[in-house]
Amino acid sequence: MRRITYNQASVEALQEEFRKNDKLVHMAEDLQPELFEEFGGDRVRMTPISESAFVGAAIGLAGSGFRAVADVRMATFAFVAFDQFVNQAAKITYMFGGQAKFPILYRQRNGLGASAAAQHSVNPYSMYMNVAGLKIIIPSTPYDVKGLLKTAMRDNNPVISFEHMELGMVEGNVPEEEYTVPFGKASIMRRGSDVTVVALSLMVYHALGAAEDAGKQGVSVEVIDPRTLVPLDVETIRNSVAKTGRLVVVDEACKTCSAASEILSVVVEDADTFRSLKAPTRRVCGLDVPVPFSPPMEKYAIPDRERIAEAIMQVAGFKS
Amino acid sequence: METDRNELMKLHRTMLTIRRFEERVSLEYARGNVLGYVHLYIGQEAVAAGVCNNLRIDDRIVSSHRGHGHSIAKGADIKRMMAEIYGKKTGYCKGKGGSMHIADFSIGMLGANGIVGAGMPIAVGAGLAAQLEKKEGVAAVFFGDGASQEGEFHESMSLAAIWKLPLIFVCENNLYASGTPARYAVPTKDIYTKAESYGMPGVVVDGNDVVAVNEVARELVAKTRKGGGPVLLECKTYRWHTHFELAPFPDLRPKEEVESWMKKCPIAAMEKRLLAAGTSEKEISDMNNGILERIEAAVKYAEESPFPDPEDALEDVYSS
Repeated sequence: MRRITYNQASVEALQEEFRKNDKLVHMAEDLQPELFEEFGGDRVRMTPISESAFVGAAIGLAGSGFRAVADVRMATFAFVAFDQFVNQAAKITYMFGGQAKFPILYRQRNGLGASAAAQHSVNPYSMYMNVAGLKIIIPSTPYDVKGLLKTAMRDNNPVISFEHMELGMVEGNVPEEEYTVPFGKASIMRRGSDVTVVALSLMVYHALGAAEDAGKQGVSVEVIDPRTLVPLDVETIRNSVAKTGRLVVVDEACKTCSAASEILSVVVEDADTFRSLKAPTRRVCGLDVPVPFSPPMEKYAIPDRERIAEAIMQVAGFKS
Repeated sequence: METDRNELMKLHRTMLTIRRFEERVSLEYARGNVLGYVHLYIGQEAVAAGVCNNLRIDDRIVSSHRGHGHSIAKGADIKRMMAEIYGKKTGYCKGKGGSMHIADFSIGMLGANGIVGAGMPIAVGAGLAAQLEKKEGVAAVFFGDGASQEGEFHESMSLAAIWKLPLIFVCENNLYASGTPARYAVPTKDIYTKAESYGMPGVVVDGNDVVAVNEVARELVAKTRKGGGPVLLECKTYRWHTHFELAPFPDLRPKEEVESWMKKCPIAAMEKRLLAAGTSEKEISDMNNGILERIEAAVKYAEESPFPDPEDALEDVYSS
């Protein structure tokens, strides 16, 4: 199978859907040349740095029978448009009693690790998870980003795609032929029997590395990538934990009220899964600090392969 | 082109329907039959009536928290409006929205909005939709002097001008943002003059003179339909009630000021004009009685309609 990068896969997703559906309109600061050249300035709009205006315009466009893609580039820029995300896009279907559909794909680049300092290093997906009415995808591979973005552009609801900045140049297998990836279906990245590791976004790769390290010490690790946070594939995670009895959740975001917290909750509040636990559950998350600039400090703030492996070995060695 | 008698009667009917509808809402609020935050439009009827008189059914409007008048002027069904205000299942939003979130997408009413200024970006999207549809459609957004001080005003005016959207910004300057006087919170004497900064025409009109609003709107809407781009129309007006219908909510506005504006009642002025144009008092009172009957029927419909089932709260979070 051919190998392409995460970025190439995401461009392909947009191109394919824009060819299929002439109601799709793209808005972003900075032009995406591949889209502009093929689909022209009517459907591919360059915006000023006015996030509230074009994040909101996506809502009006969608409510008027179009399908919108609004790309705010970096997740941190979405904060100035927060009202349009959480008070408008998220609630508008519901508040109006479902009388109109709002098919919108919002794209945000998240993530730490670029020495970008506190304001440009954010993982805000759990903030949006706390607002009913949004769907949230967090693809980690080229295959998934293409398939999930395509599904998002066919969905009739506001969807936010969080794409880690460090993933753009990651290569992976992507078929030539058309496919989509459904929402709410986790991907089991590696099978194992002793410990379940649920990892998000870039952390999937660190978790796979840590699983390999643990394997050398005789611990068999199952790595699950939920791929979408809303809806969340609770069943696949619970089934895995029921089998292994041990759970580590890895999330680059700050620990407090994180997606990792939610994943732990949905596992332990289920009585059957709870009874199968052989060790306390663990979260390996970003530190609860604004992300520091200087590399040694930033590296310390981010979960890495070693820290994940340590957590795996700790829960694996727990004597109940 | 002058406004002929038929058109005068139509404008009068719209204003009177808004007035009588809201008087009844106010009464039912005082009686405890209507709950929540209810912002009445009484005193400003000429704006909605005059602007919407120039819109087609497929033109789209976006409204504010003070939205009953815009809905009625755009042609909404007052039975379903009243039922929504009562929180009933038969309301426009199945009881999920209430007074602040009435919408009727079938007539291009894209919703009232509880967040000051937030409708403007959404209207940019509606304007973009109209531009892409190429049917000489327009969009209009209603907001107050308070919203003119929101960042979204700047972003939306700017983006609409950059894209030359067919969008009418209707600023209803009623001199108060909640309790804060415009003379304090708006740095310039007028708001329409801001249009020049965005390279669009700005026009001011007596917002209590429905004929003036109608004639100015007719000209502006016609130009905008033909590709003339966005425009800012400031309507100087006044609301008679307090910011919202909450009995202990203090009204700090000078009593003489309120009374002087009540003397400039747009509906009383129109009655005079109609009588002078040869309309009989009977015709006018027949119209009033007909409206009162329709409102009585709307209240009956709302009262007799069932409340939603509690579990209906779980529906419409997402569209299928």
